[in-house]
This record gives sequence, C-alpha cells and structure tokens, in this order.
Amino acid sequence: MEIIQIKKLTKRFPMGKGEFTALKEIDLTFTKGEFAGLIGPSGSGKTTLLNIVGSLDVPTEGEVLVLGKSIGNLNQKDAAQLRKESLGFIFQSYNLLQVHTVYENVEFPLLLLKKSASERRKMVMDALEWVGLTDKEKSKPPQLSGGECQRVAVARAMVKKPSVVLADEPTANLDAKNSHNILKTMLNLNRELNTTFIFATHDEKVISYLRRKIFLLDGQVEKDVIVENPKS
Amino acid sequence: MIKFLLNGVIRDKSRSRLPIIVVSVGVMLTVFLHAYITGFMGDALEMNAKFNYGHVKIMTNAYAENIELNPIDLAIIDVEDFLEKLNARYPHIKWSQRIQFGGLVDAPDEYGETKAQGPAFGLGLDILSPNSQEIDRLNLANSLVRGSLPANSGEILISELFSRKLQVNPGDDVTLIGSSMNGSMVMYNFTIAGTLSFGVDIMDKGSIIVDIEDVKIALDMNDAVSEIIGFLPDGYYNHKNALSIQDDFNSKCNNINDEFAPVMLTLGDQGGMGAYIELSQYWSWYITFVFIIAMSLVLWNAGLLGALRRYGEVGIRLAMGETKGHVYTSMIVESVIIGIIGSVFGTFLGLFFAFILQEYGLNIEGMMEGASVMFPNTINARITTMDFYIGFIPGVISTVIGTMLAGIGIYKRQTARLFKELEA
Repeated sequence: MEIIQIKKLTKRFPMGKGEFTALKEIDLTFTKGEFAGLIGPSGSGKTTLLNIVGSLDVPTEGEVLVLGKSIGNLNQKDAAQLRKESLGFIFQSYNLLQVHTVYENVEFPLLLLKKSASERRKMVMDALEWVGLTDKEKSKPPQLSGGECQRVAVARAMVKKPSVVLADEPTANLDAKNSHNILKTMLNLNRELNTTFIFATHDEKVISYLRRKIFLLDGQVEKDVIVENPKS
Repeated sequence: MIKFLLNGVIRDKSRSRLPIIVVSVGVMLTVFLHAYITGFMGDALEMNAKFNYGHVKIMTNAYAENIELNPIDLAIIDVEDFLEKLNARYPHIKWSQRIQFGGLVDAPDEYGETKAQGPAFGLGLDILSPNSQEIDRLNLANSLVRGSLPANSGEILISELFSRKLQVNPGDDVTLIGSSMNGSMVMYNFTIAGTLSFGVDIMDKGSIIVDIEDVKIALDMNDAVSEIIGFLPDGYYNHKNALSIQDDFNSKCNNINDEFAPVMLTLGDQGGMGAYIELSQYWSWYITFVFIIAMSLVLWNAGLLGALRRYGEVGIRLAMGETKGHVYTSMIVESVIIGIIGSVFGTFLGLFFAFILQEYGLNIEGMMEGASVMFPNTINARITTMDFYIGFIPGVISTVIGTMLAGIGIYKRQTARLFKELEA
C-alpha cells in the first residue's frame, strides 16, 4: 500500500539574485511499513525532501502525496493537522521539553489530539514500554543520558502510532552503543506497528539497519536499493 | 493542555518567577503611587475644604466677587431662616456657618498697656453648640498644644506660634481690634482658652479661632454670616456631585441682578482648586499609563528573551502539529496567568506599603516652612477601592502586550527551517 507518492518533485530556493535547486524531478514511492533512508552528503537534498514529506515545506514543482493529501495544496492549518495526526518526527538533538517529565513529553502529542486522560495514560505507558523507559516516567530530560533522551524522543514520535516517522540524523549525538540500541528499538517498532520510517542520514550505523537505501546526490536520486539481507 | 502549560510555567523559573517578580514590582509601585497620590492630593484638598472652601460654599454675589478680601459687610443675612431652607432642600449635606475676618490682636501687660500686637486671620465657626462637628472636622482637640478647647462664650483659640509672638498664655485676655459688618471700628475682649498647632504653616503664623456666635456679637453680625460651607455625605470631595448640587442651587436661588442673592461655589471654583482637582485626577491615570508603556517595554524584552529561550520548544510544538495560532494563544494565556499572579502579589505589597504610609504618614514639615498654600505637614497615603484593582490594568495588560509583541516571531517562523533549527 503506497502511503507516500512523490512525482517529479523539484524544489528551488531563492539565492541572491538567482535560485538554488535543492531537488530535481524526484520520483519516489513509499509503502506502508518501510524502513528506508535518504542517504547522501551534506547539500544532497535529504533534509529538504524530509521537510516536504513532513508537510513543513511545499514543492516548487511536481506533486507529493502523503496519505492521499497533496502537500502543495495544504494550508498551514491542514499541514499542521497532517503532522499532528499522521506524522512523527525524531530530531538529531532530541528536542525534549526540559521542564517536563518523560511522561509529559511523551503525552504532549496526545494532548494535541485531545485524547482522554485514561487513553493518554495507557498510550504513554505503552510507548514507554516500547523504548524500555517505564521506570523513568517521572524523570526530567536533564536527569537522563543522551541515549535515554533519544528513546524518549522515539516514544514521543511513536505514541500516537503515526503512519510515518521522519528521522533526521537520529544518532548523530549518540555513541555507537546507544546508536545501535535506538536503531534496534525503531526497527522493532517498525515491525510491530508496521510504521513507515524514513531517515535522512549519512551515518553508517543507521545505513546498516535500513531495508531500503535511497542515495541522493545534488538533489537527484542516484540509486534506490532494496537491501536483501539487512542487519536486524 | 492547561495543566501541561501550568506545569511548564511553574517549573520553568524564567517563565514564571522572573516575570512574576517584574510584574509584582511594577504593580506594587502602581498601587502604592496611586494610594500615595490620592492621599497626598486628597489630604491637601480636604484640608483646604475643611479650613476654608468646604465642598460647596454659599455666599452673596457681591461677596463672591470680592472673596479674597473676606468682605463681611457683604454677608448673608437672615441666616437662621436660610439654613432651615438649606437643610430641608439638601438634608444629606452637612452645613456649617463660617465667618472669616481680619483684625489686629492686642495683648495687654499687667497694667493694661499694649504688650504686643499682631495682625490676625480670624475664623469664626461653631465650637460651642453641642451638635457641632467643627471641632472634629478641624481636628482641634488633637491640634491643641496648651490649655483647652473653649467651653464658654468669650473664649478663643490662638495659634501656638502667634501666642509666643504675643507672649500670651491660656487664661490671658487679648483684644480684637477690627471693623464691624457696618464698617465701624470694634474692639472686643476675648480670653485665650488654648493654643493650637494646625500643622499648616499659613495657619500657624497668626490665626485665631472664635465661636461663631461670639464673632457675630463682636462684629455686629446679627443673624448674618459671611459664608455657609457644605460637606458631602461621605466626607470626601466629589467634583461631579458638587457640580450637580451647585447647578441645582444656583438655578433655584441665585439671581445675578441681586448682589445680595446667594450663590454657590464648589471647591473647584475657589482659590485655584479646580486646576488642583484636575491635576490630582489626571495624575493617577497618567502614572498608570506611563507605567503600562514602561512595563510593556520591560516585559516585551523579557518576552523576547523568553521566546529566544523557548525557540526550540516552539519549534518542536510546531513540528508536532500545533498550529502557530495555538502556540501564540497558549503563550498569551500563560501571560494572562503570570499577569494575574503578579498583579495579586503586587497589589498585596502595594497595599501593605500604602497602609503603612496611611497609618504613620511621612513628615514633610521641614519642606513646608514658609509655604503660602495650605498644605498638610504630614503626607498620608489613602487606600481607596480603586487601589484593589488598579494594579491589574498595567499588570495584566502590559504582560499580555509584551508577550503579544514578542510572540509575533512565531508567525514569522518558517516551518521549512525547523529541522535545521532544531539540530543545534
């Protein structure tokens, strides 16, 4: 089942008096449950593509359909609604709310979805169980290690069971051991919940876990490879 | 969501403690200054009203035209009848007869020769009748330095400074030399019952207070007084009320063609007090307005710093699907909460300090030496109902304005840059 369709996507940014083309006529399709990565050096267009799929930016040309919704035609409110209901984000720097507890950080997306207190409680505890942090629900981010923070970020992205999770360099601030732990956690969630994961990365550790590798170079898809025997 | 926001506000000290302190201090200053100005302006106003102008004053047209001269020959006659009518028409107003006069006070030595003399400002008022409120109104009992209040006809009070100048003491006789209502020269002997310190430099220099009936006899003012002053029921001057009473009285009783027809003046019509009243009314609003602007600038800065600190938080909230409008609204709700909490604290503190100043006062006697206007020697704040809510106007409004200005950045933020911005 195709949940993301990218057709002839071009993205240009104004630069001085001219324009800079970040993405050139990209054609891609993602199906439900994929564990895919956009791989490429800096400036290859990974984050730009992630932005557009995440309804944070709009295409200059072409069409991007996420869960049947054309990103280019969404207004600010509809784009926010799409992100709120169907997309999860994981950032390089965790970006947890420092004064709130682990529980409250994970609960926040559910508050936006106006879930009831009992529903929220169950969903948050489930999410914390997925990432192995049930004993830390009352801790605050400054009391956690980097690996634990990123696991909270994963729980926050996954708690509403989104259709797609977009992760931008999620292991950049982690050591090797924590990177593998977090990637294994995400892989398990991908399998258990059939959530589509799309990474933007150039980290070998992440790449080794991917089931699909999309290599970008100068805003174009250079290679799109399905991995036969991925790391698990 | 409200609980989530409240938790954030309570736990993040830079979002709660600092703005609450800033708002509290500002509100405290507003409340205190308002009470201070009300007290300062009000004290001076009421002092002038009690000693001289009343809240309203009735006199003849001719007397009003020459009011600075206190011309007793232009006094109101048939006063008893007139007062009866006044009391019937305006029963809520406390009316009081007054005669202001000038003269020379002569103090004799043991042989009856002049020991000392001095010009005096005389004030005739009702001291001896049992229902008189004038003793309380002018705070005569507390102003007594030596001797006692007059208990019998022929006894007077004299200012302490004046008594020293004349070298007289309670129990001594003095002679008032002046002119009668009919223009003839009068000399009348009085006994000094006590000496007073009014705490008002202009009064302390040389004044005598005489019972109104004694003045009438001394100055041949049979059933006549130069002025009838009235005080509004709650004891404080209200310009609007005074104006409406004045309009009513003058439309019914005044006749501009008759120089002896009664005319009513308000406190604001006399001695430049109108400008003073206007000034006192505008001052409090002026201070509040200036404070709102100043506080808005301070809180705008605080809001900008807070917004910079919360840049990541706002970014993550936008990325998670919160709309810009919702983030903006939540920040404003937060600022309303902060504003209310800060205003409550600030109002409490402001009232506390105002209460201290109201009870104990600030002595400015040294600064008032030589003053030619009637001003109290002690400044007291006066807490009014307004002080309980006036701080909330700048406290809440400036906090919200500050946040609104600072929060505009949310709308300018490009979501396309969120991933990059949140990398750091």
